[in-house]
Amino acid sequence: MANNKLKKATPVQQEYQRLAKQIEPKRPILKNCLRAFLTGGLICVVGQAIQEMFVHFAGFDEEKASNPTVAVLIFISVVLTSLGVYDKFAQWAGAGSAVPVTGFANSMASAAIEHQSEGMVLGVGGKMFKLAGPVIVFGTVAAFFVGLATYVLKGTGGGH
Amino acid sequence: MIFLWAFLVGGAICVFGQICFDAFKLTPAHTMTLLVVLGAIADGLGFYDPLVKFAGAGASVPITSFGNALVHGALEEIQSSGWIGIITGIFKVTSAGISAAIIFSFLAALLVKPKG
Repeated sequence: MANNKLKKATPVQQEYQRLAKQIEPKRPILKNCLRAFLTGGLICVVGQAIQEMFVHFAGFDEEKASNPTVAVLIFISVVLTSLGVYDKFAQWAGAGSAVPVTGFANSMASAAIEHQSEGMVLGVGGKMFKLAGPVIVFGTVAAFFVGLATYVLKGTGGGH
Repeated sequence: MIFLWAFLVGGAICVFGQICFDAFKLTPAHTMTLLVVLGAIADGLGFYDPLVKFAGAGASVPITSFGNALVHGALEEIQSSGWIGIITGIFKVTSAGISAAIIFSFLAALLVKPKG
């Protein structure tokens, strides 16, 4: 895509773009990855702790406990988003805060809060899925084809 | 021990996301979408369940598990009601995540004023 843009630009613009690319600070990939690893891992450890609580105190079995765990994490994430804490944390953590399900909830809650001024239906209702929408759409389509492939290949869905 | 594996596996999936951000210059939306699709495919191939058993929340908290849960719902429903289950079952397992995210986000929008 960057190459297409480069071809369409006039020679002066091309030169400018080359110059801008030289000066643009390199992204500190290693540092970002380390931060993502630490924060992402930590969120998963918190999730594991919540899951253990559901198993020990609420009598869920290991497999069933992951659903309420996700719901609790989402709740925590929405509260932190409302307080404005999650977005500050996300700036430091990068993908470490975006990839866990808390990031999914954060994207929905922050979009819902941000677009309040456009009204309840068009703003909150309509813009809530701005970032989460693609995830749900492509996840559903992928699940459909995976389900279809499994059905065709194995008959009744294999050993799941 | 499960806590250590949850940390390592969960962290590793996040590092993959960070590499998509930084090295491949993907937007967060593209990265999340990619991870969900990968999770769905991994479950179809039968890789995701063993990973969840091994790493617990390390595999069930990252967004990849959303794709995994969508496929799970479809496959479970196929077993009980045949091919139509692909359509009717997809959201069965993920209801907790999607419902909770919609309801809490909506309530947050009612209660909180946007900042800056």
